[in-house]
Amino acid sequence: MKNFNTTILSNQEVSPDYYRMKILAPGISDSAQPGQFVMFRSQATNEPLLRRPFGIFQTGTLASDCEGMPAKEFVEILYKVVGRGTAIMQELHEGDRVELLGPLGHGFDLSADGSEVILVGGGIGLVPLYMLASELVKTNKVRLLIGGRSRKDVLMVTEFERLGVETYVSTDDGTLGEEGPVTQVLQRKLTKFPGAAVYACGPMPMLEAVHRICQPRKVKLQVSLEAFMACGVGACLGCVVKGAGHSEENPRYLCTCKEGPVFDAEDLDWELLEKRMNEEGHSHE
Amino acid sequence: MPQSKSPSAETPDLSVGFAGLRLKNPVMPASGTFGYGEEYSPYMDLNRLGAIVTKGLSLRPKAGNPTPRIAETKGGMLNAIGLQNVGMDVFAEQKLPFLKEVQTPVIVNFFGNSLEEYGMAAQRLSQIDGIAAVELNISCPNVKQGGIVFGTDPGAAAEVVGLVRRHLNVPLIVKLTPNVTDITVIARAVEEAGADAISCINTLTGLAVDIRRRTPRLANGTGGLSGPVLRPLAVRMVYQVVQAVSLPVIGVGGIMTAEDALEFLIAGAQAVQVGTANFVDPAAMITIIDGLQQFCQEEGVSHITDLIGSLHC
Ligand SMILES: Cc1cc2nc3c(=O)[nH]c(=O)nc-3n(C[C@H](O)[C@H](O)[C@H](O)COP(=O)(O)OP(=O)(O)OC[C@H]3O[C@@H](n4cnc5c(N)ncnc54)[C@H](O)[C@@H]3O)c2cc1C
Ligand SMILES: Cc1cc2nc3c(=O)[nH]c(=O)nc-3n(C[C@H](O)[C@H](O)[C@H](O)COP(=O)(O)O)c2cc1C
Ligand code: FES
Repeated sequence: MKNFNTTILSNQEVSPDYYRMKILAPGISDSAQPGQFVMFRSQATNEPLLRRPFGIFQTGTLASDCEGMPAKEFVEILYKVVGRGTAIMQELHEGDRVELLGPLGHGFDLSADGSEVILVGGGIGLVPLYMLASELVKTNKVRLLIGGRSRKDVLMVTEFERLGVETYVSTDDGTLGEEGPVTQVLQRKLTKFPGAAVYACGPMPMLEAVHRICQPRKVKLQVSLEAFMACGVGACLGCVVKGAGHSEENPRYLCTCKEGPVFDAEDLDWELLEKRMNEEGHSHE
Repeated sequence: MPQSKSPSAETPDLSVGFAGLRLKNPVMPASGTFGYGEEYSPYMDLNRLGAIVTKGLSLRPKAGNPTPRIAETKGGMLNAIGLQNVGMDVFAEQKLPFLKEVQTPVIVNFFGNSLEEYGMAAQRLSQIDGIAAVELNISCPNVKQGGIVFGTDPGAAAEVVGLVRRHLNVPLIVKLTPNVTDITVIARAVEEAGADAISCINTLTGLAVDIRRRTPRLANGTGGLSGPVLRPLAVRMVYQVVQAVSLPVIGVGGIMTAEDALEFLIAGAQAVQVGTANFVDPAAMITIIDGLQQFCQEEGVSHITDLIGSLHC
């Protein structure tokens, strides 16, 4: 866990409104776990005030530009422009100063060793699944079901395929892959591979649907959640979700930033999550 | 009082003393923005802080409010955490041992939902070793019996301060709310009731609206406004309270930089608390302490206490 005062190495548009940003972050490559995230802030402006959370897409090392200089360890994020903070990020360039906190949070449990694995990504929820897939392909057969609203919301398919992941695409409007929700594909795959472990990241309604499919089949499901965050380190208690067994008398709040963002599905109170989703209209894709 | 501008060769002395506390510098976190200390220990040396102030504790654990609990606004944020905390027993058993290892006084912020609960909470705190001082939060809006807000009624404020004072054997800091017409009235009431110091201020009640859904952006409706947008108001209130009472005052509200902290000190605060800035930058307090040091050096101020209350109007 580090607090970096650092620079951007590159920031490129990969699809309309979607960008990949590489940020210099020495010492992060070996410590970051799939599913962890960073808190990002541009130094160019004090607006918005709070940092923004982004899943780690991948970490890596760039060869140095000139001989004798150390190689550049980086963390890469992939983001969608949705509001004030991400609109500013979109304008940033190589060499711009940024602040980064990370790696943060509790990542995926990789104990699926040797079994069938199904990854389910909705829209930008695909991000943490890439690093996860890079690890899981070493010991498992990995399939990725990827869903988006439209063609432009389906990212990185070739990157996943290059890892050796079998990918299945579906879009709500049918502009790419099969038409319909990604959960439709999941139903089919689980019938074929009933013992598979499922990892999912995406908008709340999607995660809820995935949970509803997995639970009766006793499928081991891990989900990566999103919440509005202020601190990212468990200090403000702004990002909590209700855990299984929560009640007014015996509150069981879990910090999405610290105990999550990845949770075992059975550790969450899905009834209350669903309620929250309805109340907040919490959908982010 | 004109300061000599010749740069001092010595390291300026940042230490301050008040209400029986001796702090190596006047910078400490604001309650609720620093967890129980441990959360930020990977990012800074906690030994460098003047003091550590805990998340507000109640006698029993408290669940807090539904989500969303936070909304960002221009220059600040609104929160309605609802004082979620682990309760005093868990604090004493699981959180305090870590804090005791740190060479920094621990100030426990606490609250109750009724007068009796404030009393019981104070009693429980008096049994816990390793607490340098307590900070009494009297701006909790969810109180029994018709929603009296202890912090906005001078009589109720005095009553609760008097009650907890009797139970406590450590310095009692009382944290005031800005949601009043005249903060000096409350300040005088808590002084008379036996407070040893005042923290000024807690968050200001605000409302943020989701214009598409036509609903509040927080599940709780309203929330507490904090961050830079609050600072001029907080500095004004600190200045007024310093004039009104003879108790030492801790300035809180929107401090992001050493310059911001200096405004409070010059206005008369003995110490400062840094809240929202911790979320924006976990190293903010260290930068502020270094900045105070540098400012004193540049201004030829050998003791930071020489700056306190140096405002001339
Ligand atoms: C652990 C975690 C990992 C994330 N990873 C990624 C990622 O890899 N790529 C990516 O593009 N986004 C990711 N997000 C979401 C990202 O943080 C938000 O999109 C971003 O904060 C929006 O900032 P903004 O200033 O542009 O939007 P704002 O102006 O603050 O808000 C614009 C809209 O975005 C929504 N929004 C704001 N913050 C969040 C949030 N934290 N979660 C969901 N919706 C939000 C708001 O409800 C609003 O409708 C992640 C969020 C979390 C909590
Ligand atoms: C998320 C959050 C939680 C807070 N919790 C408490 C609390 O438990 N007790 C308390 O007295 N003040 C609490 N406060 C108020 C702060 O201690 C401080 O008075 C206020 O935020 C103004 O300072 P700032 O602008 O530097 O943040 C909280 C503030 C925030 C933002
Ligand atoms: S974001 Fe502050 S506790 Fe999670």
